[in-house]
Amino acid sequence: MFASLDLPFIFAALMGLSILIYVVLDGFDLGVGILFPFATPAERDMMVASIGPFWDANETWLVLAIGLLLVAFPMAHGAILTQLYLPVAIMLIGLILRGVAFEFRAKAPAAHKRAWDGAFWTGSLMAGLSQGFMLGMYVMGLSWTWWHVGFAVLTAIFLTVAYSFIGATWMILKSEGALQAKAVDWAKGGIWGVVLGMGAISLATPFVSDRIFAKWFEWPAMLYLSPLPLLSGLLVILIWWKLRRLPMANDHYAWLPFVATIALFTLGFLGMAYSFFPYVVPEAITIYEAASAPESLTIILIGTLFVLPVIIAYSILSYVIFRGKATALRYD
Amino acid sequence: MDTLLLSRIQFGANISFHILFPTITIALGWVLLFFKLRFNATGDQKWMDAYMFWVKVFALSFAMGVVSGITMSFQFGTNWPGFMETVGNVAGPLLAYEVLTAFFLEAAFLGIMLFGASRVKPWVHTTATFLVAFGTTMSAFWILVLNSWMHTPVGFELRDGVVHATDWWAIVFNPSMPYRLVHMLLASGLTVAFLLAGISALRLLMKDRAEGTKSTFRTGVVLGAVLIPLQILAGDMHGLNTLEHQPQKVAAMEGNWETQGNVPLLLFALPNEQTRSNDFEIGIPNLASIILKHDPDGVVPGLNDFVTAEGKVMHPPVAPVFWSFRIMVGVGMLMLVMSWAGSYLLWKRGVDDMPKYYLIGMSGMAFMGWVATLAGWYTTEIGRQPWLVQGVLTTEQAVAPVAAPMVLTTLIAYLLVYAALMLAYMGVITYMARKAAKGENLPPDPRGRGVNGNLMPAE
Ligand code: HDD
Ligand code: HEM
Ligand code: HEM
Repeated sequence: MFASLDLPFIFAALMGLSILIYVVLDGFDLGVGILFPFATPAERDMMVASIGPFWDANETWLVLAIGLLLVAFPMAHGAILTQLYLPVAIMLIGLILRGVAFEFRAKAPAAHKRAWDGAFWTGSLMAGLSQGFMLGMYVMGLSWTWWHVGFAVLTAIFLTVAYSFIGATWMILKSEGALQAKAVDWAKGGIWGVVLGMGAISLATPFVSDRIFAKWFEWPAMLYLSPLPLLSGLLVILIWWKLRRLPMANDHYAWLPFVATIALFTLGFLGMAYSFFPYVVPEAITIYEAASAPESLTIILIGTLFVLPVIIAYSILSYVIFRGKATALRYD
Repeated sequence: MDTLLLSRIQFGANISFHILFPTITIALGWVLLFFKLRFNATGDQKWMDAYMFWVKVFALSFAMGVVSGITMSFQFGTNWPGFMETVGNVAGPLLAYEVLTAFFLEAAFLGIMLFGASRVKPWVHTTATFLVAFGTTMSAFWILVLNSWMHTPVGFELRDGVVHATDWWAIVFNPSMPYRLVHMLLASGLTVAFLLAGISALRLLMKDRAEGTKSTFRTGVVLGAVLIPLQILAGDMHGLNTLEHQPQKVAAMEGNWETQGNVPLLLFALPNEQTRSNDFEIGIPNLASIILKHDPDGVVPGLNDFVTAEGKVMHPPVAPVFWSFRIMVGVGMLMLVMSWAGSYLLWKRGVDDMPKYYLIGMSGMAFMGWVATLAGWYTTEIGRQPWLVQGVLTTEQAVAPVAAPMVLTTLIAYLLVYAALMLAYMGVITYMARKAAKGENLPPDPRGRGVNGNLMPAE
């Protein structure tokens, strides 16, 4: 029954989906960590409280994404991860630090709290920077030349700032009063990271290969694709316009920057997916060459079709339960 | 040192660190559910106090488990690409099912379990607690299916050197899976039993007379006393199963070089791979033959059968397997003595009258479950070398061509981070126990959950 399906394509799509969900969800909670130095100790407690119930599930999307890469495209998995050995290790250590700091800062003796806050910030920063670096290296085809590393350093900075930006929009949604006003300022200060990051990648990708250039700048593809940059531009303008008016009476539109940013990230992601398809290792291995045996993919697909909707449902449930402004975290 | 050795040390170090925390969370999740159900049924505040203390230990252990687990899943790609390239068709779906049916479940409901009590109905909260415990157990199931399959692979065929699954039922229920799963779940139960008893003993020694502490102490001692005989039985059956499928591993566990009858059970020996014999042997005559073959003359396989005609050694390094097996069994025996003595004392004298030396001994046992669990895993995993997947793929074939200095760098970084975290973890748990023993976390109001006097911030 599944024999006629384009399994590699389906799995590439699933993997893309989980990467996108990861970047949005862990993006905002990493961003909250990156903003730590700008907040007072009391505000930090509030910021942590706003992500407390979610961060673990958010990170699980990374496990799913890497798991899908590993199970669906074993050849590409090894090729990508051995090339990115060092940034991956830095990201992992960053994720370790921030994950445990989250618990320790509340449970360790009060005198150690500042140190754990430092670990939370450092960990978030390490994760953001290394992910941005890997994004840049990936776009450049995973080869370590000075030129490529330079580009990757730029994307590392842009993605980190972009994370802090989506983190700030999340805080606008989840906080009130002075902290909310501060979050608006943070967002204003961070939006350039999104714009430059998306701009840099959009400009660079077509020049990495003639194939990608042709995909974008051939008539009529150019016409069909024009909504992507246009909509992105409109969204940036919309966000900027709202940020200048926030916070508003009765908390109107506090959700808008966050939601618009998700839309913006999604558009950027679609553009990248379009560029690289059908390659999983840019310009080297296509998803069709790297795919594992169809029987194994079918087994996973069946499970996924049943389980993924349930996962999405209870993830939404958890966001609904903890909706509204963040309150102090308590175990009872 | 070469990349292979460094990668092995790195993987071994990472998974050793990782397994410590699942071992706690798997069983502690169920214990928390038990505390909660007792509270729901009796309304007795002591169960809530116990829940409130241990849920913090749970949250802390869970975070340590999650972050070190994420590290593990990346290492397949960064250090062992040959693993997925060769057995990905089997390992992939099993890992995928673990993520889909276990990781998301525990991660999403953990938020509700920890922080949702005041936002959802009590039954929703109890259900969330159940789902977290269930999720951790499912996770253990899937990863142990994969790990057992690596020890006793079945249900596949090789095409062009790549494993293709032919029978999923056989893969999931592979010959060693039931033994390994039962043994590991019991190990988790025992680890938690002694953690509960040990930390509560410490609190009792600090003159903490809270009812919650006493009930936890009783729960721990009795749980340990019930589980340890089951574990010894399960371990014995596990060994017999291994004898059938991986005789070279049992030969290493017994330190038996020649295939022969009347094999003694060695209490002490220094296996020597140069001379291929043991130095300083002390043993009980015939006992190994009796345990493994139920017959004093029973013929037990020896290590020398696993050297090829060209002299290539195809059995595991003997001393580490031999010794880690003895450490595990030794701790098991200690657990038997301590939990049964404790149950007897509880029955005869009651929790208020436990002898001081017993409480001191028990607090020393708090982390003994970790020792036995690690020793058990070392027996199992080192006992599989030189194979990564028994008879299919050697560890050497799977390693990544990453430069050795690079692996050394990450290895040192991981070791530093893990050492620091281990210190912090142990420190914070003792700190929390001390704080709780002073009563700082036990508000006096006995009116049950949701009443102001009972609210405790999550710290
Ligand atoms: C017997 C149990 C057991 C064993 C042998 C392993 N794990 Fe584990 N793992 C768990 C039991 C567990 C758990 C109980 O489910 C954890 C611990 C705490 C937690 O949050 O979940 C977990 C967490 C955990 C996570 C984080 C999940 C999340 O985001 O919630 C990952 C990615 C892994 N593990 C991966 C691995 C890999 C790749 C292993 C082997 C090479 C491994 N685990 C061995
Ligand atoms: C959780 C408890 C576990 C512990 C403590 C553990 C420990 C170890 C140790 C010490 C080694 C090194 C053996 C040697 O090289 O001499 C090893 C090897 C290995 N184990 Fe495990 N293991 C565990 C579970 C697993 C699981 C569940 C898997 C996979 C599903 C796994 C996969 C491997 C792999 C890929 C190797 C080869 C790499 C190496 O030799 O270091 N292990 N393990
Ligand atoms: C005292 C009697 C015990 C016996 C006879 C026994 C037997 C065994 C055997 C034969 C193995 C190796 C399995 C293989 O060949 O792969 C093993 C592994 C293991 N043991 Fe034990 N064991 C005992 C006690 C314990 C205790 C008290 C714990 C922990 C609290 C424990 C935890 C483990 C673990 C975690 C493993 C590795 C996972 C596995 O293979 O199941 N054992 N045990």
